[in-house]
Amino acid sequence: MSTATGNAHEGRHELAHYFDSTRQQFESHKLAMWLFLCTEILMFGGLFCAYAIYRANHPEIFLYAHTLLDKNLGAINTIVLLFSSFTMAWAVRAAMLGQRRLLVGLLVVTLLCGFGFMGIKGIEYSHKWKHGFLWGEQFDYTEAVAYASGKGHGDDHAAETGHEGAHADDEAAIHTEVPAATAGDEDAAAVMAELDQAAAVTMDHGHDAERIPRNLHIFFGIYFVMTGLHGIHVLAGMGMLTWLIVRASRGDFGVRNYTAVDLGGLYWHIVDLIWIFLFPLLYLIH
Amino acid sequence: MSEQGTILKPESTGTVHDEPGGGDLHAHAVPLWMLVAVFAALIVLTVVTVAVTYVDLGALNIWVALAIAALKGVLVAEIFMHLRWDRPFNRILLIGSLLAVVLFIGISLLDTSTYLPEMIPGHAPAIEQP
Repeated sequence: MSTATGNAHEGRHELAHYFDSTRQQFESHKLAMWLFLCTEILMFGGLFCAYAIYRANHPEIFLYAHTLLDKNLGAINTIVLLFSSFTMAWAVRAAMLGQRRLLVGLLVVTLLCGFGFMGIKGIEYSHKWKHGFLWGEQFDYTEAVAYASGKGHGDDHAAETGHEGAHADDEAAIHTEVPAATAGDEDAAAVMAELDQAAAVTMDHGHDAERIPRNLHIFFGIYFVMTGLHGIHVLAGMGMLTWLIVRASRGDFGVRNYTAVDLGGLYWHIVDLIWIFLFPLLYLIH
Repeated sequence: MSEQGTILKPESTGTVHDEPGGGDLHAHAVPLWMLVAVFAALIVLTVVTVAVTYVDLGALNIWVALAIAALKGVLVAEIFMHLRWDRPFNRILLIGSLLAVVLFIGISLLDTSTYLPEMIPGHAPAIEQP
């Protein structure tokens, strides 16, 4: 994206021979970046389409499964990413105004926010991994039931309680190892026969009957692909930020040469933009 | 990347290329207060979108969440991503790609909604009734 800017000295923006003016050069680079960002939107659009169709077909899966995500960590990550977007936008401003030290500092803060985001994401993923809230056949229904029973209602921080619940309610959990994995290729009659019990895994828990829908793994398949692909983009953005920090501290950028910072900023913002939609769609289902 | 890769126009001789009629690169830096205001608005909207999940609006909840996300998206795109001051073509590209996504999802959902009444709860739509 900045190949034509050359190794500019003292923040000067050199002009490639195939452009008439630095302005035209800059706007061409920016247009190319926007085209790339549009392909990113289209790529994520496919995943959002998968999300929409599965949610339309099975709202109960999404309604239930989202309670297995940590809403607070998701909200914190949203704020971390929004803050990094703010520092990135400020960094572009600093680059345009030739504030070199400020530029480096803001880029470093943005990069640290990236580390923070991925760190929190790592905590979330390892929690899912521990409890077997995974895709396809990896999904652990016994654990999900135990987690739900230990968690009770309206308590978002009960991972440990959920574990104790697993021991206390072993008996209940065994009853609920119903059909999860085998649903695929049974004949239709058998499917109809087991419908009543199988539409929801029912578990008596004291005064409460917790109902757990089947096929929760569909939600987690979508969750991991969408957040995973987004996470890869964050990692790519962090690599880009590192490169920008190196160049900025070398003094490559200045009032006449800020294209790389500007376009890198656009990429970082589109990653933030996608998370703005992922957060309510995955964590805040009502 | 290297200097050899960049061929300079004779008249520019490695310095800034100034042209009459606005050919030069004019930096438009977004005012800091505006960046702070947008950041504050984004945080407020995040709080609102979390808060609104505790209110039961029925089928409206998802649309409220999407509307808030879209508003946040407009703020990021217009101010942080500088679209407001760019040539309009970049915005046309963005809106075009979003339209493509909306069409893609919308038409797919039209198809899905056709099958919804026949669906067996808890099962994939492909399973036929006996």
